Amino acid sequence: MSEQLSYLGVPLARPKVGFFELSSCEGCQLQLLNNEATLLDFLNLVEIVNFREGMSERADTYDIAFVEGSVTRKDEITRLTEIRRNAKILVALGSCACFGGVNQLKNRFRDLEWVKKEVYGDFPIETMEVHPLADFVQVDLSIFGCPIKKEEVERIVTDLVVGKTVRHPEYPVCMECKANENICLFELGEPCLGPVTRAGCDAWCPSNRRGCWGCRGPAETANLTELEKIMHTYGFDSETILDRLECFGGFASFADTLRPKNIAELSSLPAQTKLIPSGCKKVPARRKKP
Amino acid sequence: MKLSCEVNVHHLTRVEGHGNIQISIKNGVVKKAQWEVVETPRFFEAMLVGKHWENAPYICGRICGICSIGHTLASIRAVENAFGITPTTQTANLRLLLKHMETLQSHILHLYFLAAPDFLGAGSVLPLATTHPEVVQRALRLKLLANDACDIIGGRRLHPTRTVVGGFTMLPEKGELEKIRQRLLASVPDLLASAELFKTFAIPDFSRETEFVSLKGDTSYPFIGGGLVSTDGVVKKEDQYRAMTNEYCTQGFTSKLSKLSRRSFAVGALARLNNNFPLLHPTAREISEFLGLVPVNHNPYMGNVAQLVECVQVVLDSMRLIDTLLGSPWQEPRQQVQAKKGEGVGAVEVPRGILYHYYKFDTDGKVIKADCVIPTSQNHANILHDIEALAGQYAKTGKQDREIELLAEMLVRAYDPCISCSVH
Ligand code: SF4
Ligand code: SF4
Ligand code: SF4
Repeated sequence: MSEQLSYLGVPLARPKVGFFELSSCEGCQLQLLNNEATLLDFLNLVEIVNFREGMSERADTYDIAFVEGSVTRKDEITRLTEIRRNAKILVALGSCACFGGVNQLKNRFRDLEWVKKEVYGDFPIETMEVHPLADFVQVDLSIFGCPIKKEEVERIVTDLVVGKTVRHPEYPVCMECKANENICLFELGEPCLGPVTRAGCDAWCPSNRRGCWGCRGPAETANLTELEKIMHTYGFDSETILDRLECFGGFASFADTLRPKNIAELSSLPAQTKLIPSGCKKVPARRKKP
Repeated sequence: MKLSCEVNVHHLTRVEGHGNIQISIKNGVVKKAQWEVVETPRFFEAMLVGKHWENAPYICGRICGICSIGHTLASIRAVENAFGITPTTQTANLRLLLKHMETLQSHILHLYFLAAPDFLGAGSVLPLATTHPEVVQRALRLKLLANDACDIIGGRRLHPTRTVVGGFTMLPEKGELEKIRQRLLASVPDLLASAELFKTFAIPDFSRETEFVSLKGDTSYPFIGGGLVSTDGVVKKEDQYRAMTNEYCTQGFTSKLSKLSRRSFAVGALARLNNNFPLLHPTAREISEFLGLVPVNHNPYMGNVAQLVECVQVVLDSMRLIDTLLGSPWQEPRQQVQAKKGEGVGAVEVPRGILYHYYKFDTDGKVIKADCVIPTSQNHANILHDIEALAGQYAKTGKQDREIELLAEMLVRAYDPCISCSVH
């Protein structure tokens, strides 16, 4: 476990790494343990000093902090700020951290009190509108995905350790899907966000005959008007598009523009739960970055 | 003799999610013994309101990273029950096989990475890689097998891609299943070695009479759907889950809590085993007896042993399932789904205990009401009362703070709590 790493002949220190979670399913952290074949090599590359899910020891300073989850309660802002202060590099791990993830689906309701009551009745419970990390602190690097792809994380961590620039693909999932020689799901009658979603997952879902739901957020070249056209051509309604675009928060601004068209269809909902139409949604003020 | 003790564990490590333990003993009297759950709620049940049915399993799988397969399957079952869909035998077998592999993955992760370090005097699995390399290699081998099988059947080990209402989006290659079968067979010595290892662990001597709740198997050890049972003699149907869970909220917990015949009850591997012991595979039963576990066992620390017995159970049963699947040609992977107004419950035994998903749909198949009752939330009250009893048992023994702290930590870990899941 103590073999000295080097890059181009230059010896490298093993960076101290900490893992932290805010509101999340902890799946992204688990993905790291899920890479049995290379886990021990990976552990050799870094010195893990903080990993509550896996170990008892804790330390207060670290070179790289991986933060999973989104901010959904005030005390998480304090914790996040503290982690930021102790870390040289802060990495947003997974779509919850990058965009709010599935958690931000609760933001589509106008009345947060209704949301609380629906789940907890009259029991007092604290929560707030869901935010990605970047709304409160500077994020140095984002690793997208719900869940993250473990091979990608290991590559990114290796790049970080050896001081290479980390790059994300700018092209959409469709490119990887075609490289995998999949039959396009649209031809099989399934909707897919592959044309607008950032690649890097090797078309994980379409390769399993499941449409992409856009967990990695928009590709640089994303043309959402074009996507809407394709979807309508293949007979999918706005709600089907919206379900996917709003699921992980990566397409939040575009999802907002689709939402009003659907409100009329949701006549079965009580008035106070009515979804927030675009324009009415209060865009959270970006906090000052430290 | 030392008769006072202060234990204050903030954000307990080696569990999933955030919980605190506090114990205060003064002059041999327990002043405080508390299990606190401080995890942030994510409000999944509210998120689903107004959503089309196909969103439910996709979103609800994200309640938990460890048992995402179990959540997805419980959610699918609830939707199928609401729409009156019965899965084909092929789908049912594939789902059970997938479920087994998640159980194996999760139990091995817990037993070796989260629980074993306590018994081997380490703070984590990391130093064990040097001191006990063969143990760590064995754990990684078993976990890799389970995860590979989940990839092959469910499309992905975490947040599965192929599992949908009506069946699967695509089927595994038969050759791949055949390979998994060979690896399962080859894993049996690893399981026996695990049993030998756990035999050497000093399981704390503590027991508190507890009501155990689980599915009740008819002819096989139960994992997906069926009747509900408790060791106090309560018997309910799957769709009467509310009468079994009786959820309530209380101070100190952001999760809901449950009770049945007593102040609290327990779910999980130990509960399943206590209620279904005769249905275990004979080899699994033998290993259970070898490890000193026969029903009804009221020592919560034996939850670890029960998980190990279940590892044997699921490996042996998975080989049977693969033989069945390989024995006939593939049928259509997926059936048509016709949404309708109504409600449905899906009860599934996930690694940490019985999980319920409930949905009510309008005529368009949109969710009007959702309810998810999580195993760990059902266990919280029982963990709390166990900690009280544990503190009481050790109050006058003069043990050091750190010893009592470790016993309390190990107690909570023995439940393998998934706290973020319990709050959801
Ligand atoms: S991004 Fe997805 S997998 Fe990762 S923590 Fe969030 S919900 Fe879990
Ligand atoms: S299946 Fe999806 S990702 Fe693949 S080519 Fe078609 S639209 Fe693109
Ligand atoms: S295919 Fe789409 S939804 Fe699936 S992992 Fe890739 S980006 Fe995420």
